[in-house]
Formats: sequence, structure tokens, C-alpha cells
Amino acid sequence: MSNIIDKIFANTTRFIAVGILLLVAWIFTVLFEHSLESIEAFGFNFITEDKWAPNLEKFGALPAIYGSVISTFLAMVLSVPVAIGIAIFLSEIAHAKIKTPVGVSIELLAAIPSVIYGMWGLFYFVPIIRDAFGGIGISMLTAGIVLSIMILPFMAAVTRDAMNTTPDILKESAYALGGTKWDVVKDIIIPYAKAGIIGSFILALGRAIGETMAVTFVMGNVHKISTDLTEPATSIPVTLANEFAEADSGLYYSSLFELSLLLLVISFTIISIAKFYFLRRKRIGQ
Amino acid sequence: MTHTQKRILVNNIVMVLSTLSAVVGIGFLIWILGVLVVNGIDALSMTIFANEGAPPGNEDGGLKHALIGQLILVSYATLFGVPLGVLAGTYLSEYGQKAKLAETIRDVSDIMMSAPSIVIGAFVYAIVVAPTGHFSGWAGSIALTIIMLPIVLRTTDDMLQLVPSTLREAAFALGAPKYKVITQVVYRGAKAGILTGILLAVARVAGETAPLLFTSFNDNFLNTDMSQPMASLTVTMYNYATSPYEDWQKLGWAAAFILSMFILTLNILGRLFLLKKRGK
Repeated sequence: MSNIIDKIFANTTRFIAVGILLLVAWIFTVLFEHSLESIEAFGFNFITEDKWAPNLEKFGALPAIYGSVISTFLAMVLSVPVAIGIAIFLSEIAHAKIKTPVGVSIELLAAIPSVIYGMWGLFYFVPIIRDAFGGIGISMLTAGIVLSIMILPFMAAVTRDAMNTTPDILKESAYALGGTKWDVVKDIIIPYAKAGIIGSFILALGRAIGETMAVTFVMGNVHKISTDLTEPATSIPVTLANEFAEADSGLYYSSLFELSLLLLVISFTIISIAKFYFLRRKRIGQ
Repeated sequence: MTHTQKRILVNNIVMVLSTLSAVVGIGFLIWILGVLVVNGIDALSMTIFANEGAPPGNEDGGLKHALIGQLILVSYATLFGVPLGVLAGTYLSEYGQKAKLAETIRDVSDIMMSAPSIVIGAFVYAIVVAPTGHFSGWAGSIALTIIMLPIVLRTTDDMLQLVPSTLREAAFALGAPKYKVITQVVYRGAKAGILTGILLAVARVAGETAPLLFTSFNDNFLNTDMSQPMASLTVTMYNYATSPYEDWQKLGWAAAFILSMFILTLNILGRLFLLKKRGK
């Protein structure tokens, strides 16, 4: 009897676990199937065409791709140095009494939903950008800055974790040789934790590029490629969030599905690079 | 300047810069939290919990519809996501272990955890909303379930692996079949860890907006029928905040405050469970 239950239990768990793989495969298949109409209509031009005009049934994803790349790049440029600073502060400078509360609050801030960052951006940051640069304040620059603030807690926390993997004995040996804190950071911690730190940044990049709510409020959803960062722009997730519920034709839908597929492929690639190349999983208990 | 003096100078500059960036970064975050608390408390009142949405300009609009909708959406997602995630995690830790299949499932789940949630919304739109012809609470809950699954799966897997193998061996030695060892020994040993994982997963999906935008959509009135569009705090927050009406924006802040407090509480509770476990 218990033999049968044993088999049923084992197979149920296996069935569900394998189901996760099938689910992911299903997601890719469904998105691809729904993209077919757009793929057939535009082919490769979909990603090189810069005109997105639903009323003319013309869909080119270049402005959205451009917006995703530029806003994420801005966010990374702004948040990487600050994240490194916070991580150095938490691992080498802060006194134990400050380290824990600051570390925990940063982790808690990483749990605040991104829609809140977006809302703050709209009400408090847009006016600042408007006053400083003119225009309406809703722009690529605003989106990049709000995005950088949103990913900062996550990035700082994982960078600190990566730095903390450095064995104390290595750091202590360097201090014993008369190294300053900066010497220890640059000659011991960074070389030791390099892969982990870079992996964390790429992981944060993967998250930032798919982030929707933090930027939807402040980007404007304007399908135009402009080198002026203070102009409204759009990105792949912003386009999806604004237009999905309103699409009214088969080709329009199909183009939005192709955008989703594109975004999923980009994120999967970036996150996989971070995971497999830089962050080999550490097994618990080893 | 001697070499040593130079090194000390560079060190001091870097230390000041690091501390400064910590102050700037944390300053921004305090600013956001401060704005949230000030605006949120300012907008809170009893009518918010008692009344449903109202047209702009109407003073007694509330968030009851969104609060209840959110509760229903997240509850169903938890109901589906937790058992599935725990069982799949059980397979990885107890049966699959380091086999290729188990490792692949781990890798794919890890990637899914960071994948853009709006894409899950598009997927659910295609498999639920389009065939049924309308937005629905079910679609929203399914999207949240898909986001929750990999999180519960990976934490369960990790937490079960923390249970010492000697416990399992002792139970096996008493002649217990494997399913009994797992359900009565391993699960008990990992209880606090799994619970923490579930709390964090609930906190994570409770804050999701993007996958709900075109699955559960929104409704300005109370609806408990899962086959119809359903309001959620997050989508309501988005719609109200981007509206030009001041009283709606105010309600948006109230929703933001309630949601953040809920999520922070879950996170803190989750941490306390783990701490208590370690303290033992």
C-alpha cells in the first residue's frame, strides 16, 4: 500500500516539476504563434523600421528598442557607481551597529513594488526635470533616472553579497600587511568577487530592461527616436503597458506579441549570461 | 608626498566617495518612503475602506473594490502557486537532487524569477482573455500564479536541502516509506524556511501591476465574480495616479501606502521566522 502511495507521490512531484519546463516552452510557443502575422507582414524590418503607426497598420519596433536600450543604459550608468559605493560602505566602512539596519532597509526597499517608484517619479521627479531642462518633464532622462533608483536597492544588496563572499582571512592578511581599506577593496575584494559583482550587475540589467511600471509613468509612450534625452520616448514594456488593452486589429495585436517575444528573448539571454557565465550557483550545505 | 601619504590620501577620497554614494542612494530611498508615508497617511480615512470607487469630483470615493479584488486575486494565486511550487521543489530536493533534469528545472526557474512580468501578462492574455473574449479575475490570478511558481519552487528546494540528511536516514532506518519521510520529517524540519518563502512570494506578487493590466484589467466597482474584470490595488493605483483628478490621485497614494505596508509587513514577518529558526 505505502509502496503505491510512494510511487504516486514521487510521480506527482516529478510531473509538476517537469510542468515548469513545459510551461516556459508553452510561453515561448504561444508568443511566437501570436507573432506570426506580424512576422509574415514585416519580417526582419520589424526591428529596423522606425515608424509605429497603428492607424496606418505600420509597425516598426526600432523606437521601442532604442528606448529600452537607452533608458536601461542610463539607469546602469547612474546606479552602478552608487551601488558599488553602498556595497563598499556596507562591507568595509560601516560600523557593525550601522551595517545591519542599513543593509536590512536596503533589502526591504528592494521589495517595494516598482509601481510605487513610478508614481513617485511622476509626482515628484517629473517637475524637477521640467524645471531643470524645460519641456514637459516626461522623458527618456526621467525614465532612466527613476529606473536607476528602482534597481539601486537590488543592485546594492547583491553587490554587497558578492563582496561578502571574500574570506575574512584574505582581507585580514592584507590589513596586516598595512593595506588601507581602499587597497583591500581594490586588490583583494574586487579581484576575488569580480565574477559575482559583474554577474549581479548583469542580473540587474536583465531586470531593468523588462521593468514596466517604474518607467511607464514617466516615459510618455512616444514612438520617436530622438537624441535629445529630455524628449518623451517609449520602450518595449512601456508600449505593451499602454497599448495592449487598446489594440483593435489582428496585425496590431500580433505586433505587440512580437514585441513581448522580443523582450522575453532579450531578458532570457541577459539573465542566462549572468547566471551561467558569472554566477555559478552555490549549493546550500556545501 | 611620499608613497604612503599618497595611498592614505587616495584611500580617504574613496572612502568619502563611498560613504557619500551610500548617503545619496539611501537619501533617495528615504525621500520615496517619506513621500509615500506622508501622502498615504494624509489620504487614509475610514471611507476608503467602506466605499467603492466613485466618479472624479465625488468626495466619498473609496478603495473597497480594489482591496477586496486584490485580496481575491492574490489568494487564488497563492492557492494555486503554493502547493504546485512546494511539490515541484520537493521533487528537486528529494528526488531529482543533482540529476540533469533537476538542474535544468532549477536554472529555468531562476531565469523565470527575473523575467519581465509584463510578458507573462501577454501570455495569459493569449491563452485566457482572447479565447474567452473578455478580461477576468481568473486571468489575473493565473498570471500571478505563473510569477509565484518559480519563487516558491526555488525556496522550497533550498530549504529542504538544509534539512540534515541524518534526519532522513534515521526515519528510513525506522522503516518509513519515502513519502512519509518527506511529509512528516523533512517538511517539519524545513517548516519555517518554506513559510518564509511563501510569505516573500506572496509579497512579490501582491506588488505586481504589469501582468494585471491586460488580464484582470480593472473595475471601478466591487466585483467578486472571477469571470469578470476585477479591480486590484496596483492597477487602480496606476489608473488613479495617471488621472488628472486630484481626489483620484489622493486615493492612488492611499492605495500605494496600504500596499507597501502590507508588503513590508510580509517581508519583515518572513525574516523574523527565519531568525527565530536560526536562534533555536
